[in-house]
Amino acid sequence: MTTFGALVRRDLALATRRGGDAALTLVFFVVAVAVFPFGVGPDPELLARIAAGIIWVTALLASMTSLERLYRADLEDGSLEIMALSAQPLELQVAAKCLAHWMTSGLPVVVLSPLMAMLLNLDVAAWWILVVSLAIGTPILSLIGSIGAALVLGARKSGALVGLIVLPLQVPVMIFGIGAVEALLGGAPVLPPLLIEAAILIAGTPLALLASAVALRMAIE
Amino acid sequence: MTLSFHRLANPARFQRLARRALPWSWAVAVLATGSGFVWGLALSPADYQQGDTVRVMYVHVPAAWMAMACYALMAVLSASFLVWKHQLAGIAALAAAPVGACFTAIALITGSLWGKPTWGTWWVWDARLTSVLVLFFLYLGYLALAGAFDDRMRGLRAASLLALVGIINLPIIKFSVDWWNTLHQPASILRAGGPSIHASMLWPLMITALGFAAFLVAILLVRIRSELAQWRIEALMRRHTRDVP
Repeated sequence: MTTFGALVRRDLALATRRGGDAALTLVFFVVAVAVFPFGVGPDPELLARIAAGIIWVTALLASMTSLERLYRADLEDGSLEIMALSAQPLELQVAAKCLAHWMTSGLPVVVLSPLMAMLLNLDVAAWWILVVSLAIGTPILSLIGSIGAALVLGARKSGALVGLIVLPLQVPVMIFGIGAVEALLGGAPVLPPLLIEAAILIAGTPLALLASAVALRMAIE
Repeated sequence: MTLSFHRLANPARFQRLARRALPWSWAVAVLATGSGFVWGLALSPADYQQGDTVRVMYVHVPAAWMAMACYALMAVLSASFLVWKHQLAGIAALAAAPVGACFTAIALITGSLWGKPTWGTWWVWDARLTSVLVLFFLYLGYLALAGAFDDRMRGLRAASLLALVGIINLPIIKFSVDWWNTLHQPASILRAGGPSIHASMLWPLMITALGFAAFLVAILLVRIRSELAQWRIEALMRRHTRDVP
């Protein structure tokens, strides 16, 4: 567990210090959400209708911005090989990396989402559902993203490639995340989509850790 | 079963088998697809609701079946490549991917052509259309990943893992898209094809599907053989450049 904590602390330090991704991801999220009204028009009712969708899609893209670098620096400076050779299971270390990635890309999005919901005129009653759905969903984004980031290690053109392979896999999470908000606005029960989202998180976590570890071992062979 | 599967992993044995199977699969492909098309496109009755538009089905439905079968095949081959390290299986999966992507594209395009006169629009975000579109994206991701590495074997291994992740995800995607669609537009989904299909349409459909399947086998055999030749050429060239300083 000390390895786990040390890895999380290291990645958090790397992400939050100068040249790190955390601040950039946050600013990207805010700016990207703010761009949508310019595209679809300032009509408050339209914005309220699509607010959850905008925030979720932008959260997806925001988690994508720092994905490509999730393992690349570790591969380049050799720490990935140390991680693979250590006595700790690689899956556990992947979990630490994912946790750190989520804390710097998912958590800020969760915290900021009420502010964005306000900007987009989302019904105040739906704010907390949006926050909960993002809180359950964004860890899945990091976990699936970790598979993609591990798979493209060493590829010639990894930036757009991560998006291409990760985005289709993230569709279900987004559907149920937005579905919870839509259910509340439409008067349907909110719990089922949230529970399905949670089920995807619970079932997906071990699978994603396993797949990421296999992909990482491929990269360092 | 498993034994014969493993025996097939021997490239020389596969080549012998492929040479023998190839003419047969081409023959079935040409005959069944040809007669299925003539029957379906010219002789079978027009639908009482859709008119002649229904004939798109004889291309569309078999293509969609092949698109899904091809992905399942790809996943099985990728698994056997990653688990038993059968190179031939990985190469076969790689050979199947563009074929599957093409069938998916054909299914999407013919579906769109059918949708325009029937639904009045090229595209609706219907659950089935959407999940086939995501399937197409999965194919594209696999192909892009396989081609993104200087070391082709590394690309193939990464792509094989992606194919497995994809096949685990496909049912979830399918389920989520069904759920999403019913939430967004209840009861407005147009019923495609009606309650059941008459034998005069089912027969040409099945024969065309058989033809498409045979075509899939034939084109896969050809592609696997050319891939094998390609890998062999590369290996020979590497040896040559090593020997000649």
